Amino acid sequence: MKPSTAYRQYHPKWYRTRVSTLWWSRRWSYLKFMLRELSSVFVAFYVVILLLQLHALRGGPEAYLEFQEWLKDPLLVVLNGISFLFVLFHAVTWFNLTPKAMVVRLRGKRLPNLLVAAPNYAAWLAISGLIVFLLMRQG
Amino acid sequence: MAETITIEVARYRPEQEGEPTLQSYEVPFSKDWVVLDALNYIKDHVDGSLSFRWSCRMGVCGSCGMTVNGEPKLTCATFLSHYLPGPIRVEPLQNFPVVRDLIIEMTDFLEKLQSVKPWIVREDDPAPAKGEFLQTPEQLDNYKQFSMCINCMICYAACPVYGLDPQFAGPAAIALAQRYNLDSRDQGEQERMDVLSQHEGIWGCTFVGECTEVCPKNVDPAGAIQQYKLAATKEWFKSFLMPWSKP
Amino acid sequence: MANRSNEPLLWALFSGGGVAAAFLIPILLFLYGLAFPLGWLQSPGYERTLELVQHPLVRLGLFLLCFLSLFHWAHRFRFTLYDGLQIKHLNPAINLFCYGGAVTGTVVAAYLLWTLP
Repeated sequence: MKPSTAYRQYHPKWYRTRVSTLWWSRRWSYLKFMLRELSSVFVAFYVVILLLQLHALRGGPEAYLEFQEWLKDPLLVVLNGISFLFVLFHAVTWFNLTPKAMVVRLRGKRLPNLLVAAPNYAAWLAISGLIVFLLMRQG
Repeated sequence: MAETITIEVARYRPEQEGEPTLQSYEVPFSKDWVVLDALNYIKDHVDGSLSFRWSCRMGVCGSCGMTVNGEPKLTCATFLSHYLPGPIRVEPLQNFPVVRDLIIEMTDFLEKLQSVKPWIVREDDPAPAKGEFLQTPEQLDNYKQFSMCINCMICYAACPVYGLDPQFAGPAAIALAQRYNLDSRDQGEQERMDVLSQHEGIWGCTFVGECTEVCPKNVDPAGAIQQYKLAATKEWFKSFLMPWSKP
Repeated sequence: MANRSNEPLLWALFSGGGVAAAFLIPILLFLYGLAFPLGWLQSPGYERTLELVQHPLVRLGLFLLCFLSLFHWAHRFRFTLYDGLQIKHLNPAINLFCYGGAVTGTVVAAYLLWTLP
């Protein structure tokens, strides 16, 4: 796919535009794309929190208590709130994307996108419920 | 009552100007007129020097793609009434070099299209012994959506990845590769995979998804690319885990 | 084969991470980032949490979550830098930062989970 690029360069009369650095701010759908991509930063941010939590767990009851107090810092709560919105956005866009990548057929007919995405949401609900159950169970 | 609407058209005449400028024209407004009708009115009655491509006027030939008020559109299917009270800004498709006025240079696209072999590839003799290759309605249904592409390049104009990196194979070429891969008569999947599994091929795509949004034929190139990535990944793991197996 | 890129592997990790992050992180972040600190729900204490995390399956799950999510971030963020800031010419530095970061985080996760009492 290189010849064409070389070919172009000898036509100085053609007018070429350059994509502006802020191209993603020009259209709502582009901005949404950029926010979706940035959700990955918050995914990584959560992993860092998780690693700190594991570190605190290793340190014993006092270290863990300190970690829990640290999470109550208003700044951290706000940051986690924003993070939560972003990872939620990631989850929803990710689940809706599945039918694009996978074509599911039933008796030769392509299943509608909504039906392919639905099991994702069901599994999401089940997994979230399981985690809450495991963490909140007494005893 | 003679209503009019203002059309702002991008003019680029390389012999007299270094970059495009907008020129305004007043054209009669009619509710069944599309943007292409307005351009033809200008060409026929106001300014014969305006250059643009068009042919069929009915969304089949794919030659009248332009940027209308910032969105890539087939001008034969874009009604003036949608943009009331105007003005309507008509510019050439984005992400392509402009040759003149509304005409873009499409060699790059044509080369990419050709590189994915968008035709039926057979290992055996191309002419089947008993007349034709048979195909069931289900087999047709597998690829039909992707075969609707009219090569209008609107998806390329909407794709920021193509704009940023002209090496990227782009939406329509990949969708058409997938159209032939999914065709029960075709045997060229491996040849296409060799072209497209390179970095410039499919991996540049970050799933912005605009190609699918703007496609006038509902081809869904974004879906084709994701399916292609999945297939390429499966193949990669297969050749990694079982290097002896011939693909 | 020689000139075939390793993009499929990176993409597979990216996808796996996308799935893991989508299923697990929203609820975990909601509980530990909001519900427990703000007192909406009673936080399970040290004992209970440790007991849970000590389970081999939970350890494995947490490791996979860290590993895949970090590679998910590395891949996506790399392209965000390319597209959003148009700095593809800094490719080696970006790769080092993204994938180096992911590898480091994965090693730390493995170490922490392995040495947990």
